[in-house]
Amino acid sequence: MSDPRNKIITEDQAVATLRSGMTLGIGGWGSRRKPMSLVRSLLRSDITDLTVVSYGGPDVGLLCAAGKVKKLIYAFVSLDSIPLEPHFRLARQNATIPEPTEWDEGMLQWALFAGSLRLPFLPTRAGLGSGVMDVNPSLKTVKSPYADGEELLAVPAIRLDAAFVHMNRSDARGNAQYLGPDVYFDDLFLSACEPGRRFVSAEKIIPTEDLLKEGTFHTLKINRSMVDGVIHAPNGAHFTTCEPDYGRDEAFQKAYVDAARDPEAWKAFSDRFLAGDEANYQSQVVAWREEIKAAKEAAK
Amino acid sequence: MSDSVALADVIAVACAEAWRGDGEIFASGMGVMQMLGARVARATFEPDLMISDGEAFYVSGDLPIGGTQKLVEGWIPFRSVFDTLAGGRRHVMMGASQIDRYGNSNIANIGPWAKPKSQLLGVRGGPGNTVNNATSFFIPKHQTSVFVASVDMVSGVGYDRAKKVGGFIAKRHDLRRVVTNLAVLDFNSPDNSMQLVSLHPGVSIDDVVSNTGFELVIPSTVPISRPPTAAESAAIETIDPKGLRHREIPA
Repeated sequence: MSDPRNKIITEDQAVATLRSGMTLGIGGWGSRRKPMSLVRSLLRSDITDLTVVSYGGPDVGLLCAAGKVKKLIYAFVSLDSIPLEPHFRLARQNATIPEPTEWDEGMLQWALFAGSLRLPFLPTRAGLGSGVMDVNPSLKTVKSPYADGEELLAVPAIRLDAAFVHMNRSDARGNAQYLGPDVYFDDLFLSACEPGRRFVSAEKIIPTEDLLKEGTFHTLKINRSMVDGVIHAPNGAHFTTCEPDYGRDEAFQKAYVDAARDPEAWKAFSDRFLAGDEANYQSQVVAWREEIKAAKEAAK
Repeated sequence: MSDSVALADVIAVACAEAWRGDGEIFASGMGVMQMLGARVARATFEPDLMISDGEAFYVSGDLPIGGTQKLVEGWIPFRSVFDTLAGGRRHVMMGASQIDRYGNSNIANIGPWAKPKSQLLGVRGGPGNTVNNATSFFIPKHQTSVFVASVDMVSGVGYDRAKKVGGFIAKRHDLRRVVTNLAVLDFNSPDNSMQLVSLHPGVSIDDVVSNTGFELVIPSTVPISRPPTAAESAAIETIDPKGLRHREIPA
Protein backbone atom coordinates (compact mmCIF):
# COMPACT_ATOMS: atom_id res chain seq x y z
CA MET A 1 0.00 0.00 0.00
CA SER A 2 1.35 3.42 -0.90
CA ASP A 3 1.19 6.45 1.37
CA PRO A 4 -1.11 9.42 0.66
CA ARG A 5 0.45 12.62 -0.70
CA ASN A 6 2.27 14.67 1.89
CA LYS A 7 1.04 18.23 1.42
CA ILE A 8 2.45 20.03 4.46
CA ILE A 9 4.81 22.74 3.21
CA THR A 10 5.93 26.26 4.17
CA GLU A 11 4.86 29.55 2.61
CA ASP A 12 8.25 29.89 0.96
CA GLN A 13 8.01 26.39 -0.54
CA ALA A 14 4.60 27.27 -1.97
CA VAL A 15 5.88 30.54 -3.44
CA ALA A 16 8.92 28.76 -4.89
CA THR A 17 6.59 26.90 -7.27
CA LEU A 18 5.34 30.18 -8.79
CA ARG A 19 6.89 31.87 -11.82
CA SER A 20 6.82 35.44 -13.03
CA GLY A 21 3.95 36.18 -15.38
CA MET A 22 1.53 33.73 -13.76
CA THR A 23 -2.14 34.35 -12.93
CA LEU A 24 -2.70 34.24 -9.17
CA GLY A 25 -6.07 34.19 -7.39
CA ILE A 26 -6.20 35.34 -3.78
CA GLY A 27 -9.14 34.41 -1.53
CA GLY A 28 -10.80 36.39 1.25
CA TRP A 29 -12.70 39.66 0.81
CA GLY A 30 -11.38 43.20 1.43
CA SER A 31 -9.63 43.06 4.78
CA ARG A 32 -11.18 39.71 5.74
CA ARG A 33 -9.48 36.31 6.02
CA LYS A 34 -6.73 37.09 3.55
CA PRO A 35 -3.84 34.61 3.12
CA MET A 36 -1.42 37.29 4.28
CA SER A 37 1.49 35.01 5.29
CA LEU A 38 1.53 33.64 1.72
CA VAL A 39 1.34 37.18 0.33
CA ARG A 40 4.21 38.27 2.61
CA SER A 41 6.28 35.34 1.35
CA LEU A 42 5.49 36.36 -2.24
CA LEU A 43 6.66 39.91 -1.43
CA ARG A 44 10.07 38.52 -0.42
CA SER A 45 10.42 36.59 -3.69
CA ASP A 46 11.70 37.91 -7.03
CA ILE A 47 8.46 36.88 -8.79
CA THR A 48 6.92 39.70 -10.81
CA ASP A 49 4.60 40.53 -13.75
CA LEU A 50 1.69 38.77 -12.03
CA THR A 51 -1.92 38.82 -13.08
CA VAL A 52 -3.78 39.06 -9.77
CA VAL A 53 -7.48 38.24 -9.29
CA SER A 54 -8.88 39.32 -5.94
CA TYR A 55 -11.75 40.82 -3.98
CA GLY A 56 -8.99 43.17 -3.03
CA GLY A 57 -7.66 44.23 0.33
CA PRO A 58 -4.14 44.69 1.70
CA ASP A 59 -3.03 41.68 -0.39
CA VAL A 60 -3.50 43.77 -3.53
CA GLY A 61 -2.16 46.94 -1.90
CA LEU A 62 1.08 45.25 -0.84
CA LEU A 63 1.64 43.52 -4.19
CA CYS A 64 1.04 46.82 -6.01
CA ALA A 65 3.43 48.66 -3.68
CA ALA A 66 6.08 46.02 -4.39
CA GLY A 67 5.60 46.46 -8.15
CA LYS A 68 4.66 42.81 -8.69
CA VAL A 69 1.37 43.34 -10.50
CA LYS A 70 1.15 43.56 -14.27
CA LYS A 71 -2.56 43.00 -14.57
CA LEU A 72 -5.11 43.39 -11.79
CA ILE A 73 -8.63 41.97 -12.15
CA TYR A 74 -10.74 43.59 -9.42
CA ALA A 75 -14.08 45.17 -8.57
CA PHE A 76 -12.77 47.06 -5.55
CA VAL A 77 -9.78 47.26 -3.26
CA SER A 78 -10.75 48.18 0.30
CA LEU A 79 -9.74 47.73 3.92
CA ASP A 80 -13.43 47.63 4.97
CA SER A 81 -13.19 49.64 8.22
CA ILE A 82 -10.90 52.01 6.30
CA PRO A 83 -12.66 52.19 2.92
CA LEU A 84 -9.73 53.12 0.67
CA GLU A 85 -6.53 51.05 0.30
CA PRO A 86 -3.62 53.53 0.23
CA HIS A 87 -1.13 51.58 -1.91
CA PHE A 88 -3.75 50.63 -4.47
CA ARG A 89 -4.85 54.28 -4.68
CA LEU A 90 -1.27 55.42 -5.29
CA ALA A 91 -0.70 52.72 -7.88
CA ARG A 92 -3.85 53.73 -9.77
CA GLN A 93 -3.23 57.46 -9.46
CA ASN A 94 0.35 57.05 -10.69
CA ALA A 95 -0.80 54.56 -13.35
CA THR A 96 1.80 52.01 -12.25
CA ILE A 97 -0.47 48.98 -12.79
CA PRO A 98 0.06 48.32 -16.53
CA GLU A 99 -3.28 46.58 -17.09
CA PRO A 100 -5.95 47.49 -14.56
CA THR A 101 -9.05 45.42 -15.32
CA GLU A 102 -12.07 46.71 -13.41
CA TRP A 103 -15.15 44.49 -13.34
CA ASP A 104 -18.36 44.21 -11.33
CA GLU A 105 -18.10 42.02 -8.19
CA GLY A 106 -20.48 39.46 -9.66
CA MET A 107 -18.42 39.27 -12.86
CA LEU A 108 -15.40 38.07 -10.85
CA GLN A 109 -17.51 35.30 -9.32
CA TRP A 110 -18.85 34.34 -12.75
CA ALA A 111 -15.37 34.29 -14.32
CA LEU A 112 -14.04 32.01 -11.57
CA PHE A 113 -17.14 29.81 -11.71
CA ALA A 114 -16.81 29.50 -15.50
CA GLY A 115 -13.13 28.68 -15.02
CA SER A 116 -13.93 26.04 -12.44
CA LEU A 117 -16.53 24.44 -14.77
CA ARG A 118 -14.13 24.64 -17.75
CA LEU A 119 -16.66 26.75 -19.65
CA PRO A 120 -15.43 29.56 -21.92
CA PHE A 121 -17.81 32.13 -20.40
CA LEU A 122 -20.97 32.62 -18.37
CA PRO A 123 -23.70 35.11 -19.27
CA THR A 124 -24.82 37.90 -16.95
CA ARG A 125 -26.48 41.31 -16.96
CA ALA A 126 -24.00 42.75 -14.44
CA GLY A 127 -21.74 45.16 -16.29
CA LEU A 128 -24.04 45.97 -19.22
CA GLY A 129 -24.62 49.70 -19.66
CA SER A 130 -21.94 50.56 -17.11
CA GLY A 131 -18.44 52.02 -17.38
CA VAL A 132 -17.11 48.45 -17.12
CA MET A 133 -18.00 48.05 -20.80
CA ASP A 134 -16.26 51.34 -21.66
CA VAL A 135 -12.94 50.51 -19.97
CA ASN A 136 -12.86 46.82 -21.00
CA PRO A 137 -13.35 46.97 -24.78
CA SER A 138 -12.42 43.29 -25.15
CA LEU A 139 -15.57 42.19 -23.28
CA LYS A 140 -18.13 40.68 -25.63
CA THR A 141 -21.86 40.09 -25.47
CA VAL A 142 -23.77 36.97 -26.46
CA LYS A 143 -27.34 36.67 -27.72
CA SER A 144 -29.69 34.25 -25.98
CA PRO A 145 -30.53 31.49 -28.48
CA TYR A 146 -34.05 31.22 -27.02
CA ALA A 147 -37.19 33.19 -27.81
CA ASP A 148 -36.21 36.14 -25.56
CA GLY A 149 -33.15 36.86 -27.74
CA GLU A 150 -31.62 38.94 -24.95
CA GLU A 151 -28.11 40.31 -25.42
CA LEU A 152 -26.05 39.38 -22.35
CA LEU A 153 -22.51 40.03 -21.22
CA ALA A 154 -20.32 36.94 -21.76
CA VAL A 155 -17.94 37.02 -18.79
CA PRO A 156 -14.77 35.25 -19.95
CA ALA A 157 -13.60 32.37 -17.77
CA ILE A 158 -10.52 32.84 -15.62
CA ARG A 159 -8.23 29.88 -15.14
CA LEU A 160 -5.65 30.46 -12.44
CA ASP A 161 -2.06 29.18 -12.39
CA ALA A 162 -1.94 29.51 -8.61
CA ALA A 163 -4.39 30.14 -5.77
CA PHE A 164 -3.88 31.23 -2.15
CA VAL A 165 -6.61 30.98 0.49
CA HIS A 166 -6.52 31.10 4.29
CA MET A 167 -8.74 28.86 6.42
CA ASN A 168 -9.35 28.41 10.13
CA ARG A 169 -8.57 24.68 10.12
CA SER A 170 -7.19 22.08 7.76
CA ASP A 171 -6.05 18.53 8.08
CA ALA A 172 -2.67 17.60 6.62
CA ARG A 173 -4.29 16.43 3.40
CA GLY A 174 -6.10 19.69 2.64
CA ASN A 175 -9.60 19.05 3.92
CA ALA A 176 -10.06 22.63 5.02
CA GLN A 177 -12.62 24.38 7.19
CA TYR A 178 -13.87 27.93 7.60
CA LEU A 179 -15.42 28.68 10.98
CA GLY A 180 -16.37 32.31 10.30
CA PRO A 181 -19.58 33.72 8.82
CA ASP A 182 -18.66 33.49 5.13
CA VAL A 183 -16.48 31.29 2.92
CA TYR A 184 -16.39 34.28 0.49
CA PHE A 185 -15.33 32.80 -2.88
CA ASP A 186 -12.39 30.76 -1.61
CA ASP A 187 -13.74 27.46 -2.93
CA LEU A 188 -14.09 29.01 -6.40
CA PHE A 189 -10.51 30.34 -6.36
CA LEU A 190 -9.28 26.79 -5.71
CA SER A 191 -11.65 25.20 -8.23
CA ALA A 192 -10.67 27.66 -10.97
CA CYS A 193 -6.98 26.89 -10.48
CA GLU A 194 -4.92 24.35 -12.40
CA PRO A 195 -3.89 21.48 -10.10
CA GLY A 196 -0.35 21.90 -8.80
CA ARG A 197 -0.36 25.31 -7.14
CA ARG A 198 -3.53 25.38 -5.02
CA PHE A 199 -2.41 26.45 -1.56
CA VAL A 200 -4.34 26.60 1.70
CA SER A 201 -2.84 28.17 4.79
CA ALA A 202 -4.61 27.46 8.07
CA GLU A 203 -4.60 28.70 11.65
CA LYS A 204 -4.40 25.13 12.92
CA ILE A 205 -3.58 21.80 11.32
CA ILE A 206 -5.80 19.22 12.97
CA PRO A 207 -6.38 15.46 12.65
CA THR A 208 -9.07 14.52 10.14
CA GLU A 209 -11.21 13.06 12.94
CA ASP A 210 -11.35 16.52 14.61
CA LEU A 211 -12.81 18.35 11.58
CA LEU A 212 -16.37 18.23 12.94
CA LYS A 213 -15.42 19.15 16.51
CA GLU A 214 -15.63 22.93 15.99
CA GLY A 215 -18.08 23.27 13.11
CA THR A 216 -20.84 21.40 11.30
CA PHE A 217 -20.32 19.59 8.00
CA HIS A 218 -21.51 22.79 6.28
CA THR A 219 -18.11 24.36 7.05
CA LEU A 220 -16.27 21.77 4.93
CA LYS A 221 -16.56 23.49 1.54
CA ILE A 222 -12.94 22.73 0.64
CA ASN A 223 -11.84 19.12 0.25
CA ARG A 224 -8.40 17.70 -0.41
CA SER A 225 -8.98 17.18 -4.17
CA MET A 226 -8.98 20.99 -4.42
CA VAL A 227 -5.66 21.48 -2.60
CA ASP A 228 -2.00 20.76 -3.40
CA GLY A 229 -0.22 22.33 -0.45
CA VAL A 230 -1.16 22.98 3.19
CA ILE A 231 0.68 25.59 5.24
CA HIS A 232 0.48 25.91 9.01
CA ALA A 233 0.07 29.66 9.47
CA PRO A 234 -1.02 30.75 12.96
CA ASN A 235 -2.12 34.41 12.82
CA GLY A 236 -1.52 34.04 9.08
CA ALA A 237 -4.38 36.37 8.10
CA HIS A 238 -3.06 39.19 10.29
CA PHE A 239 -3.93 42.09 10.14
CA THR A 240 -7.18 41.07 8.42
CA THR A 241 -10.04 39.25 10.16
CA CYS A 242 -10.02 35.52 10.83
CA GLU A 243 -13.28 35.04 12.74
CA PRO A 244 -13.76 33.38 15.17
CA ASP A 245 -10.04 32.89 15.87
CA TYR A 246 -9.38 36.64 15.87
CA GLY A 247 -10.82 39.87 14.53
CA ARG A 248 -9.13 42.52 12.45
CA ASP A 249 -6.14 44.22 14.14
CA GLU A 250 -7.60 47.70 13.63
CA ALA A 251 -4.72 49.50 15.35
CA PHE A 252 -2.16 47.75 13.17
CA GLN A 253 -4.23 48.32 10.03
CA LYS A 254 -4.31 52.03 10.88
CA ALA A 255 -0.53 52.01 11.38
CA TYR A 256 -0.20 50.35 7.96
CA VAL A 257 -2.34 53.06 6.36
CA ASP A 258 -0.48 55.87 8.15
CA ALA A 259 2.88 54.47 7.04
CA ALA A 260 1.69 54.22 3.43
CA ARG A 261 1.12 57.99 3.32
CA ASP A 262 4.82 58.78 3.34
CA PRO A 263 7.65 57.00 1.47
CA GLU A 264 10.08 57.21 4.41
CA ALA A 265 7.52 55.93 6.90
CA TRP A 266 6.64 53.15 4.48
CA LYS A 267 10.29 52.16 4.14
CA ALA A 268 10.62 51.97 7.92
CA PHE A 269 7.41 49.91 8.17
CA SER A 270 8.49 47.66 5.34
CA ASP A 271 12.02 47.18 6.73
CA ARG A 272 10.66 46.30 10.12
CA PHE A 273 7.74 44.05 9.24
CA LEU A 274 8.16 42.77 5.69
CA ALA A 275 11.89 42.37 5.02
CA GLY A 276 12.32 39.38 7.34
CA ASP A 277 10.53 36.04 7.29
CA GLU A 278 7.08 35.23 8.69
CA ALA A 279 8.44 34.44 12.16
CA ASN A 280 10.08 37.86 12.19
CA TYR A 281 6.80 39.49 11.10
CA GLN A 282 4.85 37.80 13.88
CA SER A 283 7.44 38.65 16.55
CA GLN A 284 7.63 42.26 15.34
CA VAL A 285 3.82 42.53 15.59
CA VAL A 286 3.99 41.32 19.20
CA ALA A 287 6.80 43.79 19.95
CA TRP A 288 4.87 46.61 18.23
CA ARG A 289 1.81 45.91 20.42
CA GLU A 290 4.01 46.07 23.53
CA GLU A 291 5.45 49.41 22.40
CA ILE A 292 1.97 50.84 21.81
CA LYS A 293 0.85 49.61 25.23
CA ALA A 294 3.93 51.06 26.93
CA ALA A 295 3.46 54.39 25.12
CA LYS A 296 -0.17 54.51 26.30
CA GLU A 297 0.89 53.75 29.88
CA ALA A 298 3.53 56.47 29.74
CA ALA A 299 0.99 58.98 28.44
CA LYS A 300 -1.28 58.40 31.46
CA MET B 1 -43.09 71.53 11.93
CA SER B 2 -41.43 72.07 15.27
CA ASP B 3 -37.87 73.43 15.27
CA SER B 4 -36.93 70.65 17.65
CA VAL B 5 -37.00 68.01 14.90
CA ALA B 6 -33.41 67.38 13.87
CA LEU B 7 -32.53 67.40 10.18
CA ALA B 8 -30.93 63.96 10.55
CA ASP B 9 -34.29 62.56 11.71
CA VAL B 10 -36.13 64.06 8.73
CA ILE B 11 -33.48 62.50 6.48
CA ALA B 12 -33.68 59.12 8.23
CA VAL B 13 -37.43 59.06 7.52
CA ALA B 14 -36.87 60.20 3.92
CA CYS B 15 -34.46 57.27 3.53
CA ALA B 16 -36.92 54.86 5.19
CA GLU B 17 -39.62 55.99 2.73
CA ALA B 18 -37.52 54.60 -0.13
CA TRP B 19 -38.56 51.07 0.92
CA ARG B 20 -42.30 51.77 1.35
CA GLY B 21 -44.30 49.09 -0.40
CA ASP B 22 -41.34 46.76 -0.97
CA GLY B 23 -42.67 43.89 1.17
CA GLU B 24 -40.57 40.80 1.81
CA ILE B 25 -37.31 41.68 0.07
CA PHE B 26 -33.75 42.38 1.21
CA ALA B 27 -33.49 46.05 2.27
CA SER B 28 -29.78 46.70 2.02
CA GLY B 29 -28.20 49.90 3.33
CA MET B 30 -24.59 50.82 2.49
CA GLY B 31 -23.72 53.30 5.22
CA VAL B 32 -25.07 54.50 8.56
CA MET B 33 -28.00 56.62 7.30
CA GLN B 34 -28.95 54.02 4.71
CA MET B 35 -29.00 51.23 7.32
CA LEU B 36 -30.95 53.41 9.72
CA GLY B 37 -33.53 54.14 7.03
CA ALA B 38 -34.02 50.46 6.20
CA ARG B 39 -34.35 49.49 9.85
CA VAL B 40 -36.78 52.34 10.64
CA ALA B 41 -38.91 51.30 7.66
CA ARG B 42 -39.09 47.74 8.96
CA ALA B 43 -39.71 48.83 12.55
CA THR B 44 -42.71 50.91 11.47
CA PHE B 45 -44.53 50.79 8.13
CA GLU B 46 -42.77 47.97 6.21
CA PRO B 47 -42.51 45.09 8.71
CA ASP B 48 -41.74 42.29 6.24
CA LEU B 49 -38.42 43.74 4.99
CA MET B 50 -35.31 41.58 5.41
CA ILE B 51 -32.41 43.36 7.12
CA SER B 52 -28.80 42.19 7.36
CA ASP B 53 -26.10 42.91 9.90
CA GLY B 54 -23.87 44.06 7.04
CA GLU B 55 -21.71 40.96 7.48
CA ALA B 56 -23.44 37.67 6.69
CA PHE B 57 -26.70 37.35 8.62
CA TYR B 58 -30.32 38.39 8.32
CA VAL B 59 -31.39 39.76 11.67
CA SER B 60 -34.80 40.01 13.24
CA GLY B 61 -35.83 42.69 15.76
CA ASP B 62 -34.56 46.28 15.92
CA LEU B 63 -30.80 45.80 15.81
CA PRO B 64 -29.04 49.07 16.70
CA ILE B 65 -26.40 50.32 14.22
CA GLY B 66 -23.19 48.50 15.16
CA GLY B 67 -25.10 46.33 17.64
CA THR B 68 -23.77 42.87 18.38
CA GLN B 69 -26.77 41.28 20.14
CA LYS B 70 -28.15 39.77 16.96
CA LEU B 71 -31.34 37.77 16.64
CA VAL B 72 -30.31 35.81 13.54
CA GLU B 73 -33.14 34.78 11.22
CA GLY B 74 -31.12 33.75 8.19
CA TRP B 75 -27.73 33.52 6.48
CA ILE B 76 -26.75 35.94 3.71
CA PRO B 77 -23.08 35.48 2.82
CA PHE B 78 -21.78 37.48 -0.16
CA ARG B 79 -22.61 34.70 -2.63
CA SER B 80 -26.26 34.77 -1.51
CA VAL B 81 -26.27 38.57 -1.82
CA PHE B 82 -25.24 38.17 -5.47
CA ASP B 83 -27.94 35.52 -6.01
CA THR B 84 -30.58 37.68 -4.33
CA LEU B 85 -29.77 40.83 -6.28
CA ALA B 86 -29.69 38.98 -9.60
CA GLY B 87 -33.10 37.60 -8.69
CA GLY B 88 -34.34 41.13 -8.14
CA ARG B 89 -35.38 40.49 -4.50
CA ARG B 90 -33.39 43.40 -3.10
CA HIS B 91 -33.53 47.18 -2.86
CA VAL B 92 -30.18 48.72 -2.04
CA MET B 93 -29.47 52.28 -0.90
CA MET B 94 -25.91 53.25 -1.74
CA GLY B 95 -23.75 56.35 -1.60
CA ALA B 96 -22.31 58.13 -4.63
CA SER B 97 -19.38 60.47 -5.14
CA GLN B 98 -20.97 61.69 -8.37
CA ILE B 99 -24.44 61.35 -9.89
CA ASP B 100 -25.95 62.79 -13.08
CA ARG B 101 -29.47 63.74 -14.16
CA TYR B 102 -30.37 60.21 -15.29
CA GLY B 103 -28.94 58.59 -12.17
CA ASN B 104 -25.64 57.37 -13.58
CA SER B 105 -23.56 57.17 -10.41
CA ASN B 106 -19.88 56.88 -9.55
CA ILE B 107 -18.12 55.38 -6.54
CA ALA B 108 -15.07 54.24 -8.54
CA ASN B 109 -12.71 57.15 -9.25
CA ILE B 110 -12.55 60.92 -9.81
CA GLY B 111 -10.79 62.10 -12.96
CA PRO B 112 -9.97 59.95 -15.99
CA TRP B 113 -10.23 56.20 -15.30
CA ALA B 114 -6.85 55.44 -16.93
CA LYS B 115 -5.05 57.70 -14.45
CA PRO B 116 -7.49 58.98 -11.83
CA LYS B 117 -6.97 62.16 -9.89
CA SER B 118 -8.44 60.26 -6.99
CA GLN B 119 -8.94 56.51 -6.91
CA LEU B 120 -11.98 55.62 -4.81
CA LEU B 121 -13.45 52.14 -4.20
CA GLY B 122 -13.78 50.82 -7.74
CA VAL B 123 -17.16 50.01 -9.29
CA ARG B 124 -17.81 47.30 -6.64
CA GLY B 125 -21.24 45.71 -7.21
CA GLY B 126 -22.73 48.91 -8.64
CA PRO B 127 -23.08 47.69 -12.25
CA GLY B 128 -24.89 44.53 -11.16
CA ASN B 129 -27.01 46.27 -8.54
CA THR B 130 -28.37 48.93 -10.86
CA VAL B 131 -29.43 46.59 -13.68
CA ASN B 132 -30.87 43.91 -11.40
CA ASN B 133 -32.52 45.33 -8.30
CA ALA B 134 -34.06 48.59 -7.11
CA THR B 135 -31.43 51.17 -6.16
CA SER B 136 -31.67 54.39 -4.14
CA PHE B 137 -29.03 56.81 -2.96
CA PHE B 138 -28.21 58.82 0.14
CA ILE B 139 -25.83 61.68 -0.57
CA PRO B 140 -24.89 63.62 2.57
CA LYS B 141 -23.63 66.76 0.81
CA HIS B 142 -25.74 68.10 -2.05
CA GLN B 143 -23.32 70.17 -4.13
CA THR B 144 -22.35 70.75 -7.77
CA SER B 145 -19.20 68.62 -7.49
CA VAL B 146 -21.45 65.62 -6.73
CA PHE B 147 -24.52 66.43 -8.84
CA VAL B 148 -22.62 66.67 -12.11
CA ALA B 149 -23.41 66.91 -15.82
CA SER B 150 -21.45 63.73 -16.46
CA VAL B 151 -19.84 61.25 -14.07
CA ASP B 152 -16.17 60.25 -14.48
CA MET B 153 -16.92 56.49 -14.30
CA VAL B 154 -20.35 54.88 -14.53
CA SER B 155 -20.34 52.42 -11.65
CA GLY B 156 -24.15 52.56 -11.40
CA VAL B 157 -26.28 52.55 -14.56
CA GLY B 158 -28.67 55.47 -15.14
CA TYR B 159 -31.92 55.60 -17.11
CA ASP B 160 -30.41 56.87 -20.39
CA ARG B 161 -27.87 54.03 -20.49
CA ALA B 162 -30.40 51.41 -19.38
CA LYS B 163 -32.71 52.49 -22.24
CA LYS B 164 -29.81 52.19 -24.67
CA VAL B 165 -29.19 48.60 -23.53
CA GLY B 166 -32.90 47.92 -24.00
CA GLY B 167 -34.78 44.67 -23.35
CA PHE B 168 -35.05 43.30 -19.83
CA ILE B 169 -32.72 45.92 -18.36
CA ALA B 170 -34.63 48.87 -19.81
CA LYS B 171 -37.93 47.37 -18.73
CA ARG B 172 -36.92 46.50 -15.16
CA HIS B 173 -34.49 49.35 -14.47
CA ASP B 174 -35.52 50.87 -11.16
CA LEU B 175 -33.73 53.80 -9.57
CA ARG B 176 -36.07 54.89 -6.77
CA ARG B 177 -34.98 57.99 -4.94
CA VAL B 178 -32.08 60.19 -4.00
CA VAL B 179 -32.03 61.62 -0.47
CA THR B 180 -29.61 64.46 0.30
CA ASN B 181 -29.03 66.95 3.10
CA LEU B 182 -31.25 69.39 1.20
CA ALA B 183 -34.02 67.43 -0.47
CA VAL B 184 -35.59 64.25 -1.77
CA LEU B 185 -35.44 63.59 -5.51
CA ASP B 186 -36.57 60.80 -7.82
CA PHE B 187 -36.67 59.84 -11.50
CA ASN B 188 -40.43 59.76 -12.06
CA SER B 189 -40.39 62.57 -14.63
CA PRO B 190 -41.53 61.83 -18.22
CA ASP B 191 -37.97 61.16 -19.46
CA ASN B 192 -36.72 59.73 -16.14
CA SER B 193 -34.46 62.69 -15.46
CA MET B 194 -34.03 63.69 -11.85
CA GLN B 195 -36.86 65.67 -10.30
CA LEU B 196 -37.41 67.37 -6.99
CA VAL B 197 -39.84 65.53 -4.68
CA SER B 198 -39.61 67.45 -1.41
CA LEU B 199 -37.48 70.06 0.32
CA HIS B 200 -36.16 69.56 3.84
CA PRO B 201 -37.39 72.20 6.32
CA GLY B 202 -35.76 75.59 5.75
CA VAL B 203 -34.38 74.70 2.30
CA SER B 204 -35.49 76.66 -0.79
CA ILE B 205 -35.79 75.48 -4.39
CA ASP B 206 -32.95 77.91 -5.19
CA ASP B 207 -30.71 76.19 -2.63
CA VAL B 208 -31.21 72.88 -4.44
CA VAL B 209 -30.91 74.31 -7.95
CA SER B 210 -27.72 76.24 -7.17
CA ASN B 211 -26.11 73.12 -5.71
CA THR B 212 -27.02 70.91 -8.68
CA GLY B 213 -24.80 70.82 -11.76
CA PHE B 214 -27.58 69.93 -14.20
CA GLU B 215 -31.15 70.98 -14.91
CA LEU B 216 -33.61 69.48 -12.46
CA VAL B 217 -37.28 68.87 -13.15
CA ILE B 218 -39.15 71.11 -10.68
CA PRO B 219 -42.86 70.35 -10.20
CA SER B 220 -45.22 73.32 -9.73
CA THR B 221 -45.64 72.57 -6.05
CA VAL B 222 -42.91 71.03 -3.93
CA PRO B 223 -43.87 69.90 -0.42
CA ILE B 224 -41.67 69.97 2.66
CA SER B 225 -40.12 66.63 3.70
CA ARG B 226 -42.24 65.29 6.52
CA PRO B 227 -41.11 64.92 10.13
CA PRO B 228 -41.01 61.49 11.77
CA THR B 229 -44.17 60.12 13.36
CA ALA B 230 -44.00 59.30 17.07
CA ALA B 231 -43.41 55.63 16.20
CA GLU B 232 -40.64 56.54 13.76
CA SER B 233 -38.96 58.81 16.29
CA ALA B 234 -38.98 55.99 18.81
CA ALA B 235 -37.55 53.60 16.22
CA ILE B 236 -34.81 56.08 15.30
CA GLU B 237 -33.79 56.34 18.97
CA THR B 238 -33.80 52.55 19.40
CA ILE B 239 -31.79 51.87 16.26
CA ASP B 240 -29.36 54.78 16.59
CA PRO B 241 -29.11 55.45 20.34
CA LYS B 242 -25.66 57.03 19.97
CA GLY B 243 -26.86 59.58 17.41
CA LEU B 244 -24.43 58.47 14.70
CA ARG B 245 -26.91 59.89 12.14
CA HIS B 246 -26.12 63.45 13.16
CA ARG B 247 -22.48 62.97 12.11
CA GLU B 248 -23.64 61.98 8.63
CA ILE B 249 -24.96 65.46 7.93
CA PRO B 250 -22.45 68.22 7.12
CA ALA B 251 -22.59 71.19 9.52
